[in-house]
Amino acid sequence: MNKLWIVFGSLIMWSCNNKPRHVIVSAEGKVVYTDSANWPASFGLGRPASSSDIAKMDLDVRPDGKGLPVGEGNAIAGKAIYLTKCVACHGTDTTSGDAKLLGPVLISTKPGKGKTIGNYWPYATTLFDYVRRAMPYNEPGSLTNEEVYQVTAFLLQANKIIGEQDVMNAKTLPKLVMPAQKRFIPDDRKGGPEVR
Amino acid sequence: MAVENKQENKLSKPISRRILLGGAATAAVVLLKSSYGQVVQKAITHAELKIADPTKVLGPPPGALGTRSKFETPVKKASDISSRTPLQDLFGTITPSDLHYERHHAGVPVIDPHSYSLTIHGMVDKPLVFSLADLKRFPSVTRIFFVECSGNYRGGKAEMTPQEICGLTSQSEWTGVMLSTLFREVGVKSKASWFLAEGSDAAVMTRSVPVNKGWEDAMIAYAQNGEAIRPEQGYPARLLLPGWEGNTSVKWLRRIELSDQPFMTREETAKYTEGVKDGKIRQFSFVMDARSIITYPAYPQQLQKGWMEIRGIAWSGRGKIYKVEVSTNGGKTWQDARLQDPVLDKAHTAFRYLWEWKGGEAELLSRAIDETGYIQPTMKQLTDARGQDMGGYHLNPVTSWLVQRDGKVLFKSEK
Ligand code: HEC
Repeated sequence: MNKLWIVFGSLIMWSCNNKPRHVIVSAEGKVVYTDSANWPASFGLGRPASSSDIAKMDLDVRPDGKGLPVGEGNAIAGKAIYLTKCVACHGTDTTSGDAKLLGPVLISTKPGKGKTIGNYWPYATTLFDYVRRAMPYNEPGSLTNEEVYQVTAFLLQANKIIGEQDVMNAKTLPKLVMPAQKRFIPDDRKGGPEVR
Repeated sequence: MAVENKQENKLSKPISRRILLGGAATAAVVLLKSSYGQVVQKAITHAELKIADPTKVLGPPPGALGTRSKFETPVKKASDISSRTPLQDLFGTITPSDLHYERHHAGVPVIDPHSYSLTIHGMVDKPLVFSLADLKRFPSVTRIFFVECSGNYRGGKAEMTPQEICGLTSQSEWTGVMLSTLFREVGVKSKASWFLAEGSDAAVMTRSVPVNKGWEDAMIAYAQNGEAIRPEQGYPARLLLPGWEGNTSVKWLRRIELSDQPFMTREETAKYTEGVKDGKIRQFSFVMDARSIITYPAYPQQLQKGWMEIRGIAWSGRGKIYKVEVSTNGGKTWQDARLQDPVLDKAHTAFRYLWEWKGGEAELLSRAIDETGYIQPTMKQLTDARGQDMGGYHLNPVTSWLVQRDGKVLFKSEK
């Protein structure tokens, strides 16, 4: 995980000291802070979230691997899933970028195939996270964790990031360095006269 | 029984299903009362639309829901993935809720408000689950601001309306609870620097947001323009980050997780990032820079000689609009437009400029200047700054309308 992002996150906290405070927005949209001294310490609203409440919906996977479940898979198993559950919308390596597919092309081994996993995605963990939450488009959330590892491995292999036999799991996936990662920079626009 | 005068408005032929659904031949959609007292929608053609002298006919009684005049048919323009606000048909700065633009990644979910909940967890002292009723009991705020998709520029041909060029921006009066109020309730840890916002649509949409935006002016809204938020805008509750690209204002919000780093979701890596110079890719470009567009006159209007008011809207995600300048000669000279008070922070601001068209060719431009001193750039300035590979996000170029001698108004497309 790139330290830059952590620094960036704190940079845009102009004045943040994370002290509890209340924000009021005036009719003109002016943000006014008042301290919440006259507020009760707690409004007593909401109920405690149990660990099972959280586990039920805590789907996200971070670049450092936090959130990756148990399970594993390689590209050989993943290819079989891809060919039954994904290919109709996403095509194959030989499908051209402008083919009338419902979904975007995912395999970018040749130049001119558009921005995708091999040439644009900065983190491999994003692929696991996204496929698990949103794909297949017509049946989101229907793959098992094992299947998500497998199809993730296949897409990484098809994009020449890993080999056919390489096993993807909670340990190996966060270690991959994607080709495009070094190209990403945080927003450098800051208002004022300069156009960026 | 039809509420309209029976004699005058008798429909000459049975209404086909296509007309009922508002086919091409539709002149208006009217509300009629059926014999069971139900209000039903009927579309009628121009020939069928005979209007009685309104002083000689009793009008319909008060109803349960208001309707648009049958002579007014503003509509959103929908594609598979988005639906655009008809900016050229609107007045003032509030977008009627049913004309608010839509952009979602896997359709509009149906969410039962009684089973809805928002969970806040991660780097907090007390992870909590709030029901919709809980959210509504917290101290509330109401604020007017725009929401704009960062992929809000289309060009390519002369026959384009403001709606087609940049209809992915809309403005509402939003009511809800400040996120800072909820942060206080759960006790956000001082080491938390980002939070993940997650929706409960079929995309289970996620974005990482710097925690300070949460302390600053983020809100969880449950109401829009005086009523519950519309399903297309995130019913029953959504995140709103004033001035920031629309995708970060996650709709149908179900979960917020506090963290000490961003999550690098697909929508902040593969999408909503833009190529800049030297092969770099700019990420987390949250703020929407200042922009304006003349919405009158604009394609497809046909101008008549004489005086008119050039009208439009200007907005900036960085604060208030300071000034809007209008040119009627392609940018050779610029004049200040009049801004409608009150000028609000991060809000569509109406501008007007009085102009006499004498029948010659003209090129109408507007440019917004915000309180940071940012001047809305031309497309050339944007390309010069970002390079040829800049893609389609965060494009806010000056829009130019060419007025021809015959009174036609055409878009001067630059990309
Ligand atoms: C019914 C059609 C359909 C099927 C089947 C489908 N997808 Fe998709 N996929 C889409 C669409 C449409 C998008 C774009 C969604 C968006 O932009 O929000 C997409 C996007 C993606 C993306 C992101 C691409 C990018 O560059 O951002 C990935 C990765 C992906 N799908 C993987 C899969 C996998 C793996 C499967 C099989 C398990 C699959 N999809 C099955 C339609 C489909």
